[in-house]
Amino acid sequence: MQSIIRGLAYVVGDAIDTDQIIPAEHLVYSLKRPEERRMYGRFAMSGVPAVDQGLPFGNRPFTDPDRYESRYTLIVAGRNFGCGSSREHAPFALAEAGAQVVIAESYARIFYRNTIDGGFVIPFESNEKLNDQIRTGDDLELDTQMGQLTNHTIGQAWLLKPLGDVAAILKAGNVFEYARQAGLIPAR
Amino acid sequence: MGMTITEKILANHSGRTRVAPGESLWVDVDILMTHDVCGPPTVDIFKREFGEDTRVWDPDKLVILPDHYIFTQNHHANRNVQLLREFAAEQALPHYYDVGSPRYKGVCHVALAEEGFNRPGSILIGTDSHTCTSGAFGLFSTGVGNTDAALIMGTGKIWLRVPETMRFIFEGELPPYLMAKDLILAVIGDITCDGATYRAMEFDGKAVYALSMQERMTLTNMAIEAGGKNGVIAPDATTIDYVRARTDAAFESVFSDVDARYFSEHRYDVSTLEPVVAKPHRPDNRASVVEVAGTRLDRAYVGSCTGGKLEDFQAAADILKGQEVVIDTYIVPATTEISQSLHTSSIDGESLWSIFENAGCKMGQASCAACLGGPPDTFGRMQGSEVVISTTNRNFPGRMGSKQASVYLASPLTVAASALTGRITDPRGVLV
Repeated sequence: MQSIIRGLAYVVGDAIDTDQIIPAEHLVYSLKRPEERRMYGRFAMSGVPAVDQGLPFGNRPFTDPDRYESRYTLIVAGRNFGCGSSREHAPFALAEAGAQVVIAESYARIFYRNTIDGGFVIPFESNEKLNDQIRTGDDLELDTQMGQLTNHTIGQAWLLKPLGDVAAILKAGNVFEYARQAGLIPAR
Repeated sequence: MGMTITEKILANHSGRTRVAPGESLWVDVDILMTHDVCGPPTVDIFKREFGEDTRVWDPDKLVILPDHYIFTQNHHANRNVQLLREFAAEQALPHYYDVGSPRYKGVCHVALAEEGFNRPGSILIGTDSHTCTSGAFGLFSTGVGNTDAALIMGTGKIWLRVPETMRFIFEGELPPYLMAKDLILAVIGDITCDGATYRAMEFDGKAVYALSMQERMTLTNMAIEAGGKNGVIAPDATTIDYVRARTDAAFESVFSDVDARYFSEHRYDVSTLEPVVAKPHRPDNRASVVEVAGTRLDRAYVGSCTGGKLEDFQAAADILKGQEVVIDTYIVPATTEISQSLHTSSIDGESLWSIFENAGCKMGQASCAACLGGPPDTFGRMQGSEVVISTTNRNFPGRMGSKQASVYLASPLTVAASALTGRITDPRGVLV
């Protein structure tokens, strides 16, 4: 797990479900073949209604049209981020677009599990509502060890909730490496 | 102190005599289910982690049910079914239900019940959030992603945190104008879309045990719409009769102790509830049908794991018999077994299939179809700013294929009544 992550914020609202993170029609693409997997970066967050894309402004797509990578590194969301379907394609799409972190008030549990077990993005929880304090495009810096988030654009910092037990899986890389270290599956 | 049914099942599958909420356990999985959307990437991860020549941990415990994108020209979607076909052949899997073969079933959660894979006391994990449906049979079931499924494919194990349990007790007699769909939409409206996050939802009470298995499945199916980890109903004679008719496999029923500890208890008198909808764009955006009656509609849709079971069609046919729909109305049986039953089940001598056709409905083939949008040529998919009333489970923006569309979730009775008028209509005014 990288200790300092710095980049631009992408801000969304509450209950962003996995159909908004990656609409179901795109799930036909292979997550393995390079020419297909990049489609997940292209369509990441494309299901969010235009007026809610990149708050507080709206009409700011996460990935620009015809691009495969996002300019945004840290997603800031409200409650219940990742609710809905169990598709692992959702955290995969965020990572494929180049996002490294999500900071939400709370998560739906399957999405949360998937981000950690697959090692896609780091899911931090905030202690307070941040998606009305941070604006899309703000310059954020996250110290993943300290759990401190700094907004350089407005000169404000917040302590996030500790990652807890799941930090061990994030540190191992994914659930397979974690299971190998625990002796549950043979080491390579 | 006692344990809930969920805690007992997790204890039984982790070599423990007792467990408490909050503990993380490695548990043994009895059935792993996957489908055409998540199966191929799960197989990719399985092979990446365990090697190209690895065998699945137990072929008899892996069930593959392609159901999502079946009747489409999309070549990537069809390629994914072909990948499942090849994997099933390579691993000699006995429980692969191939598209285009007589074995093809359709929607996985309903097929698991029909094929006897829902066995009381067991653990069933699937790569689909509505896997919680199976909990209607007194088992622990939950949805996971591809990575967790791949680990199960190789080891038969998954780590799970023991959830706290919320108990929902339904008492009273269900009036003929209400269905399980109204009950679960009421619960979700009360506790909201994240009201059960990380928790088990246990449904109990006389009104629950008066329900058929199909209706019980509607309750547990939508546990995920409140964020629940699993939905569960303890088994009774109705459960055992259903299971025994479909499998010879051994199982052991498990029940919550009388002194089990619950996170919370929620009581409902079903005789006092009324028909409800979930308004766009959240399943917890509940309103009574009375409050939204008259809302203009473009479409009606009856289908999915939630609302595409035989009894859902019987309810809709009751209202549509001898009538004509005035908006595009889509009928999509969840499984091929249900599709056949539409021809063999009848009301006053007329088959359900014929009732729907004569009412002017559009008849689809067994699959997930438009419930989750899918490729643009998916049957019944929203393409623009349609307003639809649907028996499905989710109405987040874009869920049925178009971000501009608006989806109202409702019971099959309410959907059918609304199809006759083109406006949201209370079934109480139509049922005799």
